[in-house]
Amino acid sequence: MSVSDGLRPASAPLSRLHQALLQGRFVVTAEIGPPRGATVEPIRRKARRLRDWVDAVNVTDNQSAVVRLASWAGSLACLQEGVEPIMQLQCRDRNRIALQSDLLGAAALGIPNVLLLTGDHQRFGDHPDARGVFDLDSIQLIWTARTLRDQRQLLSGRPLQPPPAWLIGAVENPCAAPQRYRAERLGKKVAAGAQFVQTQVVFDLGIFRQWLADVRDLGLDRRCAILAGIGPIRSLRALEFMRSEVPGLYVPEEVARRLRGVPEERVAAEGLALCAEIIQQVRAMPGVAGVHVMAFGWEDAVPELLERAGLGRRPAASEVGGC
Amino acid sequence: MASTVAQPAPPAPFVAAPRPTVPRLPAWALFRLGRLLEPSRLWYRIALWLQVHPAAYHAFTRAETAVKARLFGCRMCGQCALPSTAYACPMTCPKQLRNGPCGGVSPDGRCEVYPELRCVWVVAYERASQEGRVADLRRLQRPIDQRRWGESAWVNYWLGRDEALWTSDDGLLELPVLRVDPAGARRVDAA
Repeated sequence: MSVSDGLRPASAPLSRLHQALLQGRFVVTAEIGPPRGATVEPIRRKARRLRDWVDAVNVTDNQSAVVRLASWAGSLACLQEGVEPIMQLQCRDRNRIALQSDLLGAAALGIPNVLLLTGDHQRFGDHPDARGVFDLDSIQLIWTARTLRDQRQLLSGRPLQPPPAWLIGAVENPCAAPQRYRAERLGKKVAAGAQFVQTQVVFDLGIFRQWLADVRDLGLDRRCAILAGIGPIRSLRALEFMRSEVPGLYVPEEVARRLRGVPEERVAAEGLALCAEIIQQVRAMPGVAGVHVMAFGWEDAVPELLERAGLGRRPAASEVGGC
Repeated sequence: MASTVAQPAPPAPFVAAPRPTVPRLPAWALFRLGRLLEPSRLWYRIALWLQVHPAAYHAFTRAETAVKARLFGCRMCGQCALPSTAYACPMTCPKQLRNGPCGGVSPDGRCEVYPELRCVWVVAYERASQEGRVADLRRLQRPIDQRRWGESAWVNYWLGRDEALWTSDDGLLELPVLRVDPAGARRVDAA
């Protein structure tokens, strides 16, 4: 039986993102949030805008517990636009039967990457009266996905044919307590089957550096590609929202002071400049394989941001030999 | 309306929404108490007897519920993770995460859902650190059996049904096995 160990593939690379990571190229992923409505048009538009600049795009799954178009449908729209999707899937809304079913469906549609997470608590969304499922946690979901793919078995032990083939991703938040346990927790995700990890948006590089040192001490950067989460702050209102409303997002005081210190009309430019600086700094850190851009609805700024950070257009699929 | 007065344990604690709970006894004391409850020939016989005497089983389960709800905020999932988490119950996490904290914990350790309470995994990590048991938190916890809510976790533990709840210490080195058939009523005296 072919069994992958960490990033090393059992056979061919599972996706273009996988291939880029195996080649050691510094990768860029970005996030697209599906619309609230029965259309994939906004996703198509954002995908076209990002196409030449990113290796893959995350399509979020009812992020912040707010109802949006399904992530598999958004991922399919990205595929049709020639942009490789990373389909997010979370445990809040589905039990183990639905999770496995959606994972198989994703593979059958040709979605080559999945990102598996627990999900924000429903209390923060537009249906706080909903039942949270949480039948599996993120680590158990990653473990299940790997078992589907590598052991060709469902969680029940029943065999499945043909097996799915996607690259398995995970998330981690270096700034959340207990900070010295966060690398260990990533270790559990890697043991369960995670091959790449995208972090929560990082503004505090001191905390990120410490976490990365812990990750390297455990040898995890060699088994799992680390993508640092970054995001531009567009306005003082966005700053206040991020500081008070988004669980797990930590914006330190010096970042807030820097943005408040410029005239109102220059906050957006300063936010982009700050973000570009963070990209350049994390890029220089050993163990970082790429960046993941969360633009929070400001996807149009992503090309300019990447240009400023010195990350040019991505090589076309034909140049690297698509798979 | 929140009340600071301790409520008597409800008959089925799992109907209440989970809220992070700090254990009422220090970890060292609970590790000692835990040793008394470790599976043995005696506990195995008691568990077998309880299994076939429903009235006694229900009385025993009610007593277990009362003790564990007060000590740990136990919700009677029937498959106890406490010995692997320095006795902080992960089923009191609003997301019932058995493999560690979510990414929503604040930098100072507050739960994202109940910001006035400490994350139960932050509590578990601190208690495990004090006792030199952080390695326990490295084990992979398998998905729970949702049919076992309301059962006596002690009886299940003594009958060997909990043996596959988590991987062993070195279970992470190779591809960890997700599905392990529960040992069921493994004879302890055969070991």
